[in-house]
Parts: sequence; structure tokens; C-alpha cells
Amino acid sequence: MAGRQARVSGSLWRLDEVDFCYGRQPVLGDFSYQFERGCCYGVLGPNGSGKTTLLDLLCGLLVPESGAILFNGRPLADWRPRALARQVALVPQEFAVDFDFSVRMVVEMGRYPHLGRFEDLDDHDHVLVRKVMTELAIDGLADRPVNRLSGGEKQRVAVARALAQEPAVLLLDEATSNLDIFHTLSIIGAVRSRVREKGLTVIAALHDLNQAAFFCDRLLFLKQGQLICHGLIDEVLLPDVIDDVYGVQAQVVYNDFSGCRQVSFRASDYGR
Amino acid sequence: MIGVLLSVLLLCAMLISATMGFMKIPAVDVVAVIVHKITGFGAVPDPVVAGIVLDVRLPRIIGAALVGGALAVCGAVFQAILRNPLADPYTLGISSGAAFGASLLIVLQVFVLILPTSLSIPVFAFAGSIATLFVVLALAGGDRRLSSTSLILSGVIVAAILSAAIGFLKFLADEQVGIIIFWLMGSLSGISWTNIALLLPVSCLGLVICLLFSRELNIMATGERTAATLGIHTARLRWMLLLVCSLMTAISVAVSGIIGFVGLIVPHLLRHLFGPDNRRLILFSFLGGAVLLVVADTLTRAVLPSEVPIGVLTALIGGPVFCVIFKKRQRDGR
Repeated sequence: MAGRQARVSGSLWRLDEVDFCYGRQPVLGDFSYQFERGCCYGVLGPNGSGKTTLLDLLCGLLVPESGAILFNGRPLADWRPRALARQVALVPQEFAVDFDFSVRMVVEMGRYPHLGRFEDLDDHDHVLVRKVMTELAIDGLADRPVNRLSGGEKQRVAVARALAQEPAVLLLDEATSNLDIFHTLSIIGAVRSRVREKGLTVIAALHDLNQAAFFCDRLLFLKQGQLICHGLIDEVLLPDVIDDVYGVQAQVVYNDFSGCRQVSFRASDYGR
Repeated sequence: MIGVLLSVLLLCAMLISATMGFMKIPAVDVVAVIVHKITGFGAVPDPVVAGIVLDVRLPRIIGAALVGGALAVCGAVFQAILRNPLADPYTLGISSGAAFGASLLIVLQVFVLILPTSLSIPVFAFAGSIATLFVVLALAGGDRRLSSTSLILSGVIVAAILSAAIGFLKFLADEQVGIIIFWLMGSLSGISWTNIALLLPVSCLGLVICLLFSRELNIMATGERTAATLGIHTARLRWMLLLVCSLMTAISVAVSGIIGFVGLIVPHLLRHLFGPDNRRLILFSFLGGAVLLVVADTLTRAVLPSEVPIGVLTALIGGPVFCVIFKKRQRDGR
């Protein structure tokens, strides 16, 4: 019993029967799940299935109607926003800055939760910021205004800003949806090496099934606010599940070249 | 460094302004009068000169500096929280709201109310500006992301309605109409030391509060959601700063009437010159706005053949600048 208790409090997030509605529209219903440390989760599901809502609930931007969310064993509502920001960072899909802030300044903003009101960045912070920018290959852009960058470069700045927060968890909200394959893979590479080396936990809302198979360890499938199924890629990335969640016929095979499962669809089903 | 330069520029502008006017007074005499007044040292100055400097010119110059500084800081802060480079107390209708509150009081005094003017005008101006702020924000889409276009449009619509309402008040005010016209055009000619006693603490306190939250303002510019996950109480911060700036605007309007576009031009120009970092921009805006209004007021007071209301002058210069910024943003596709 004691051992089980320890293991329960050891999980990173624990959601118990969480409900959330926008007005009368239920968005997430009766959601229970435990996220563990050091794992890379993919959250999948059709548009409007509650992926973004789930991420917003996890980082405390939304408060559930009913049910409990525990983070590190403490109710999420008890976490002060700054303390939570030292643990959890979010990369949104679109990253727009309205003024001509330089890339370096935006990445330095990631240090904000670690600074006191009258404290400025010290040497440690500057070293860290430089290191993160090198990791994301944006060190050459440091003095450029963020607004003048391409979509892919901007999104790398957003990831760098989130990593400069030194979070235990990184939430990615379709962070690579609008990017070409090169930028997508370079962001995935940077994030995965953090998972491997520093035990970072990642929870990524994704649209692309193949990208999920390539990127994540475990998947959660949402449909109309319900958790349909979850588990390791090999357990849940199956034609039946894809049909159930998306209403689409698919084939799933292990691909030797990619080294993971890949999903494909029949072109003749779609008028070719 | 730039801050020191701007401060020196402001002091010079104020000193030169004090020498100019109907009676030319050498800068040395101005300094002598002020030094004698503060420390009691030096020769006893000519009472006429002392009177002109201390009772006529200084309150007006200091008032111009404080009003200009406050309006420019409000502009910089509105632009940062609303993520909109076109926002300022005037384009958001807040100045008009304050003027409506002040006009309403004047009309009420004609009919029924007897209140001490020096205190109740700022209170009514503040109430008017806050009410306007709420209406404009509600009209622009409540608490959701406030887009540039809908926000400016709401501000213009509300300001149009308010100007019609002020027109009605002017009609009601009958013989008192001159006082209301004063609010609409904006003038620094009536500023007294009593006004300064109100203006100084409000604008300085407002400046300090805005400076304290300048780092948060920078982060807010990268999006509300990002700012919230960095540990900022975005809603609380936004409302607090909107209220502080509305108060600063209201007190400025109560003292000087509507002086438009200072809050738009000054931060915009300084951002262009020295970058968008609010930790510097807010202080620079205060100094820059002060310089601009001292210079503009000296122009209307001492250089132009007859006194043009300063609100008219700033609108004549600021309006076209607003158009240029607006066009440029359209071209940039933002």
C-alpha cells in the first residue's frame, strides 16, 4: 500500500474525472489519466476533440468545471503561476510578436519565472540562453527582430524560449503544424535530445499520425472530449483505432527506414 | 545614457521656455529667481520678474511637461498591453470620455450641483474615462484577443458618440459653453500650482507603476497565452495598468483638456529610434512627451502671433502621422 502511494504521488500529473465546458458546450468529459516523468506523449484526435483544452488545463490556463488535477502531488490550483512556470513551458502553434523585439530578448524572456522583481539576468542566465540558441541553431539570428524571421525560424525561437525556462515539462500545441519537414525534424531532434539527456517530459498535441509515431513514446487518442484509448505506440497506433477516432481507413506497418510505425492511406478511397 | 540626454534636453527646454513670452527674461534671471525661491540664497529678484516666472510661467511649463509625459507613458503602455501600435488615450476614446465627464460636471453645476471644481472635475473626468474604457473594450470583443482594427474602430465610434453627447451638453450649458469648448480644444493656459499638486503625484506614481511592470509588458507582447505560462497574471496586470493609465489620462484631461496624439507619436518615434524594450521605452516616453509638449506649448504661447489651442496644434501634427503609421502597417500586412 505504501509503495503504491509513493508511486501515485510520483506521477507528474494526475487527472481525475476532469470535466470542462465552454459555455454549455462540453469540451472535455470525465477525463482521467496519469502522466509520468521522462516520457514523450502525443495527444491525437480530430479538430475540436479537446487537445488544446487539455494542454490549457495542464498548465493552469483553464480551470476544470469538476474533477481534480494534481501536479507533482499538489492540486494545480495551489501552484503559484511563477512556480508552475519554472516547471511547465508551452509552445503555441502561432508565435506572433507585435513589436520588433530581437530574438535574444525573446529567448531571455524564458528566464522570467526564475528572476525576482528587481533581479536582472546574471552570467548563468546568459550562458544558458546562448546554449539554448545554439541548440536550436538560431544563435546566428540573435540580433534580428523576430518579426522579420520566417515561420520556421520563429517557431524555433518559440521552442528556445520555452527551453530557456528550464522546464521539467514541455507542452507543444501543434508547434510544428505549419512548418516544412526540415524545420519540423530539427525541432523534434532538439526536443528529443532533451528527453534523452535531461529526462524532460513532453506532451505534444499533434495532427500528423506519422509525426506522432516518429516523435512520441506514448499516444492518447481523443474524440469529442473523450479519451478513446492510450498506450505505447505499438499498442494503440492501429487501423481500428484510427478508424474509430477519425473515421478513416488506414494501413499501419513498421517501416525499416524510419525505424518506427508508419500510417498510410489508400489514394483510390479519395478519388484518385 | 539616452535617459540622461533626454533629461538634460527637458531641463533646457523648460528653462528656455521660461525665458520666452510677452516679456523676455534672461535665463540667468530665471535661474536666480528659482534658486532664491527654493534656497533663499542670492540677491532678492525683481518682484515683477519673480511673479511672472513663479506664478505665470513655471506652473504652465511644469504642467506641460507632466501632462506630456503622462500622456506619452499612457500611449506606450496602451500600445504594449493592447498589442497595438495605434493605441493611445485619444484614439481609444478615453480622452473624450474624460472630457465628457468634465463637461457633464460643468453643466450640472449650471443647473443644480454645487461642488468644489478643482476636486470634482478630476473625479468626473476619471469616471468618464473609466466608463469609456469599459465600453470600448466590450465593443471590441470583451476579454478575447483585441485586434487592432476592431479596437481602434470601437474607440473612434465611442469618441464620435461622446462628441455628439458633448455637443448636446454645450447646447445645454448655454452661457457656460466657453468653459466646455476649453476642454475640447485643450489648453495649458489655466494651469495653477493647485493643478500641479494633483498632477505631480498622479503622473509620477503612474510612471513608477508602469516602470515596475515594464518587464511583464515586454512579455505580454509575445501573446497572452505565452505570458500566462511564464507566470504572469495577465488579466490582473492588464486591468491594473489600464486603470492606472486611465487615471493618468483623466487627470491630464482635467487639467488641460484634450491633447491628442502625444501618446501616439512619442512612443512610436522613440520605439523606432531606441527599440521596443519597454524597460527603457516607458521612461524615454515620459521624458520625450514632456519635451514635446513643453516645446509645443511654448510655440503656441510665445512664438505664434496669437495663441492656438495646443490640442489643435498636436492634432494637426499628430493626425497625419497617425495616417502614415496606419498606411505603413497595411503595407506590412499586419
